[in-house]
Amino acid sequence: MITTTDTILKKTFDVHALREQFPILKRQVKGYPLIYLDNAATSQKPQVVIDALVNYYTGFNANIHRGIHSLAEEATAAFEATRDAVKSFINASSREEIIFTRGTTEGINLVAATWGRANVKAGDEIIISTMEHHSNIVPWQVLCEEKGAVLKVIPVNDKGEIIWEEFLKLVSPKTKLISIVHVSNALGTVNPVKAIIAEARKVGAVVMVDGAQSTVHLDIDVQDMDCDFFAFSSHKMYGPTGIGVLYGKKALLQEMPVYQGGGEMIREVTFAKTTFNELPYKYEAGTPNIADTIALKAAIDFINENGKAAMRAHEDELLEYATEQLQQIPSLSIIGQAKEKVSLVSFIIDKIHPQDIAILLDNRGIAVRTGHHCAQPLIDRFCIPGTTRASFAAYNTKEEIDELVKGLHRAIKLLA
Amino acid sequence: MNTIRDTEKEIVEEFALFDNNDDKYEYIIDLGKKLPPLDEKYKTDENKVRGCQSSVWLQADYKEGKIFFSADSDSVLVKGLISMLVRVLSGRTPDEIIAAPLDFIREVGLTSFLAQTRSNGLLSMVKQIKHYAVGFKLKHSTT
Ligand SMILES: Cc1ncc(COP(=O)(O)O)c(C=O)c1O
Repeated sequence: MITTTDTILKKTFDVHALREQFPILKRQVKGYPLIYLDNAATSQKPQVVIDALVNYYTGFNANIHRGIHSLAEEATAAFEATRDAVKSFINASSREEIIFTRGTTEGINLVAATWGRANVKAGDEIIISTMEHHSNIVPWQVLCEEKGAVLKVIPVNDKGEIIWEEFLKLVSPKTKLISIVHVSNALGTVNPVKAIIAEARKVGAVVMVDGAQSTVHLDIDVQDMDCDFFAFSSHKMYGPTGIGVLYGKKALLQEMPVYQGGGEMIREVTFAKTTFNELPYKYEAGTPNIADTIALKAAIDFINENGKAAMRAHEDELLEYATEQLQQIPSLSIIGQAKEKVSLVSFIIDKIHPQDIAILLDNRGIAVRTGHHCAQPLIDRFCIPGTTRASFAAYNTKEEIDELVKGLHRAIKLLA
Repeated sequence: MNTIRDTEKEIVEEFALFDNNDDKYEYIIDLGKKLPPLDEKYKTDENKVRGCQSSVWLQADYKEGKIFFSADSDSVLVKGLISMLVRVLSGRTPDEIIAAPLDFIREVGLTSFLAQTRSNGLLSMVKQIKHYAVGFKLKHSTT
């Protein structure tokens, strides 16, 4: 439904002004202007994020929390300001629920290693879906193997949506955890996480949501969603690499055992016994990634200033346009045609290997991703060797999609 | 008979005719299309080259002191690359293959216009070919 606010937002959204803020978009690749359509892998960074990194190192680099001097105080304040920004960004109920990690992968591993180790027993069941990223498969496989628990997998239909009736059949009192991707990085499917969580509540299961792809596109309200854990990565939302967030409900975080031991996470250490720091520091051992954490706030501010809704409206328009244009190529099939979908198109072309397409596109300055997108079981489900994926950010344009289509026609002509 | 180096030089000269990447790609694609497909029975796991995003199979046969290679891939570009390797290295003795520095790969500029991941795939193929050569050498020097 298009509301009046949406229309107003769309009118004020100026993609060319937005592009101006991304220095990398001015570069050339192989003699052509860069067309960056690999945003699901990582997005480019606006000048404000780059500036935040430089300003920290040139202006107030210091170790945080322990120092008494001015630099340490400034660095600590900036670091903790990011926690507050994240809290508002995903509407967590308290800042203690925001744990800094290296990224989504570490967030999921943290939950598997702490909550999982403490709570999953032999015979318990963990449910994931066929469309999970390897990051949301392997930690649970390892845990299940260690504990003698069972990993159950929700199948997906030909459109790339989870099959609801099959999901319901898997949920039982044995279900300890459901860990599900919010938006699939290989298909773009948006999963019905709220409905999944409602089912989990009926059997007392805990729910973890992999928000790696959703956080930049969708409005995230962890209280409304009512998930127990939510993990995402800064680098996929215009922020720096090497930093991510794990949200966890306070009650769970309080009772879970610690993850890594070291500095920061302790209250008192003696050789007889160590007591641990309070939340969120309990899970943040060692000197954290201070610079990237501080710059993450710049990325969040950037998104808030441009407006997630306005950016999403533009991305939806790109998705619709790309889908329309790509479907006109006779030998091309789109993999993933879910009703609820965001910001990427995965496709295969008859008798042509995705890698060959990507090489020829690269030769025109067009960056796409090929392969199994770290979701091998999903790609196997569709019985294909992999796909070519074009994924969009708010700075992409319809003209870039036209170039992609042109590039594909050229590749097909050469390769077929 | 011409040496490995002679054939390498021929390829380098052919590539010197192209002044842009588009033409080089087109040429490699053409080579790929012309490479005869490998018999399905040779597309085994054992013959699969690791380290490539596409599937690559390499079959080696030993006849009268020489190794003959045939290969296939589901990527036409990769097939074009293997076809060059096969042209340079097929019908050579194990010693010749083991000793070949294969400078043409660098001279043609294959590594610089193929992105890193792809040239790794190419290096995996070279490694596999050399591996076969060492294998045949050991097998036939002990008997
Ligand atoms: C759906 C999904 N989950 C998890 C990850 C892992 O994220 P990271 O590599 O930033 O830890 C990704 C990244 O590609 C992803 O797309």
